[in-house]
Amino acid sequence: MEFTQKHVLGLKELLYKMADDQLILGHRNSEWTGLGPMLEEDISFSSMAQDKIGQSLALFELLQELGESDPDTVAFTRNDNQFHCSQFVELPIGGYDFSLVRHFFFDHAEAIRFEMLADTVFEPLAMVAKKFKGEIKYHTMHADIFMKKLAEGGPESYGLIQQAINDNFGLALGIFEPGEYESELIEAGIFGGENALQSRWLAKVVPLLESFGYTVPKVENTAPALGGRKGIHTHHLQPLLDEMTEVFSIDPGADW
Amino acid sequence: MYGNAYIETDGSKVHSIIADEDPIKLALFEARIAAGDKIEPKDWMPKEYRKQLIRMIEQHGHSEIIGSLPEGTWITRAPGFRRKLALMAKVQDEVGHAQLLYSAAETLGKSREDMTNDLINGKSKYSNVFNYPAPTWADSAIIAWLIDAGAIVNQLANSKGSYGPYCRALERICAEESFHLKYGHDNVVFLATGTPIQRQMVQNALHRWWEPIMHFFGPPDKSSQHSEILMRWKLKMGSNDSMRQTFLAMYVPKIWDLGLTLPDPNLRKNEESGFWEYTEPNWEVFKQVINGNGPCNKERLAVRRMAEEKGRWVRKALMNQGAMYVSPLS
Repeated sequence: MEFTQKHVLGLKELLYKMADDQLILGHRNSEWTGLGPMLEEDISFSSMAQDKIGQSLALFELLQELGESDPDTVAFTRNDNQFHCSQFVELPIGGYDFSLVRHFFFDHAEAIRFEMLADTVFEPLAMVAKKFKGEIKYHTMHADIFMKKLAEGGPESYGLIQQAINDNFGLALGIFEPGEYESELIEAGIFGGENALQSRWLAKVVPLLESFGYTVPKVENTAPALGGRKGIHTHHLQPLLDEMTEVFSIDPGADW
Repeated sequence: MYGNAYIETDGSKVHSIIADEDPIKLALFEARIAAGDKIEPKDWMPKEYRKQLIRMIEQHGHSEIIGSLPEGTWITRAPGFRRKLALMAKVQDEVGHAQLLYSAAETLGKSREDMTNDLINGKSKYSNVFNYPAPTWADSAIIAWLIDAGAIVNQLANSKGSYGPYCRALERICAEESFHLKYGHDNVVFLATGTPIQRQMVQNALHRWWEPIMHFFGPPDKSSQHSEILMRWKLKMGSNDSMRQTFLAMYVPKIWDLGLTLPDPNLRKNEESGFWEYTEPNWEVFKQVINGNGPCNKERLAVRRMAEEKGRWVRKALMNQGAMYVSPLS
């Protein structure tokens, strides 16, 4: 079918939120460099951060092909209210418990999103989604192993992770905040929609966490943290962006 | 990064320690080294050889992990995707080097935990250069280019040493370092040939780092019986001065080619002798910094201590598998 203007707007909205999620979470994960609970986790988080920043770059390149500015300009010159990331990804890394639970929730969502997008009618996106699927497989595997091992590591680690699950379930649900053009994206075969994604995500993560021995809050009792997709953010995003653009903005016309 | 050419030693005791060794075993050991054999973990070795190696590899490992801190703070500030991705990969490599080196040191009988504790308690040292701040993006570029370059000079020499696990780790590390050097050089070239602001930034950073770079290879050599033994055992593969000369010969011309200046009016190559002449850096400053009074010693160790403390529950849980029940990972 022929893409209408609404389809293109919906596609851009989808690409922006994915690219922003990857960029901001990649940035956060990179903050573990040198500070992980052990060297191996430093290296893992850095590796995942590199994949995420790389994925974000690929998505910004798709946006450039659709007429947006170049990736560096888009990523390094916007203010927080122009970002479409979910509020979950912008929060500071906190302790390893928070960072691990965020990594688990977010990466399972992204893995399913990429799987859905591998069949999108927008061929350039299908190609990158297929590539990302191969990368994120290792991220979810990493998250699963650590969630499981910390469940088995005694009451302290079990308790910390369970608490982080409870505290952050609503933030995780914020990932699935619907966009303005959901029905157009679904109708055109571009993307199956946030609701479908959330259902598939729940079907994946809830049994998995229960199999590790954790309990999962009920969706119907949890308020999702909405707003991120519409440019409404926590007070943590702008300082992150100020830091990220600190050097770039010294001389924005310069080649770095 | 981040080799540590300078090994702190206590030369006075060496001879008495060697005097206790079985002379036949010692002679065989030295003959193997002279023949170019590698010593492996289960082989017999003099106590002093083991002690010096642990100290050397451990210091090197600590340098990698502490070195990731001043550079790591620039990952979140790197200007643009290309630099951000490259710097992330570079610093990740450095942390990976620490992992390799700690594993090599563990083959000599000291656990990673003990090494970490000695680091955060200030008992064991790391390369002095990481006790200096990296206040601008250009500082991170200078570190990536010139400190890594110094480290390569040092590590290439040491990779020809006598202890198998350390040599193999160094070979792998050097291969990765050569990419870091390219990254650092490319970064410095962009700044040095960029806008006036960029140029000024990199020039200032270079001046700031010159003394620490000159310090990097350690104080001028004094011949001692101790360093003779370390050389004979192929623990020390080149003198501090010879490594400094190699570095100057390779990199000063490249620095000057970029139109950058160095803060030493006496720096020049003596065409007759072929050696580089320079003003001795202030070795009193070096001593002060290595003994904990540098601008960032306390901060670096405090960050490391905080990371160890914050991560304790994770390590404890992983060592405590089976507390709930045991099942295979996959």
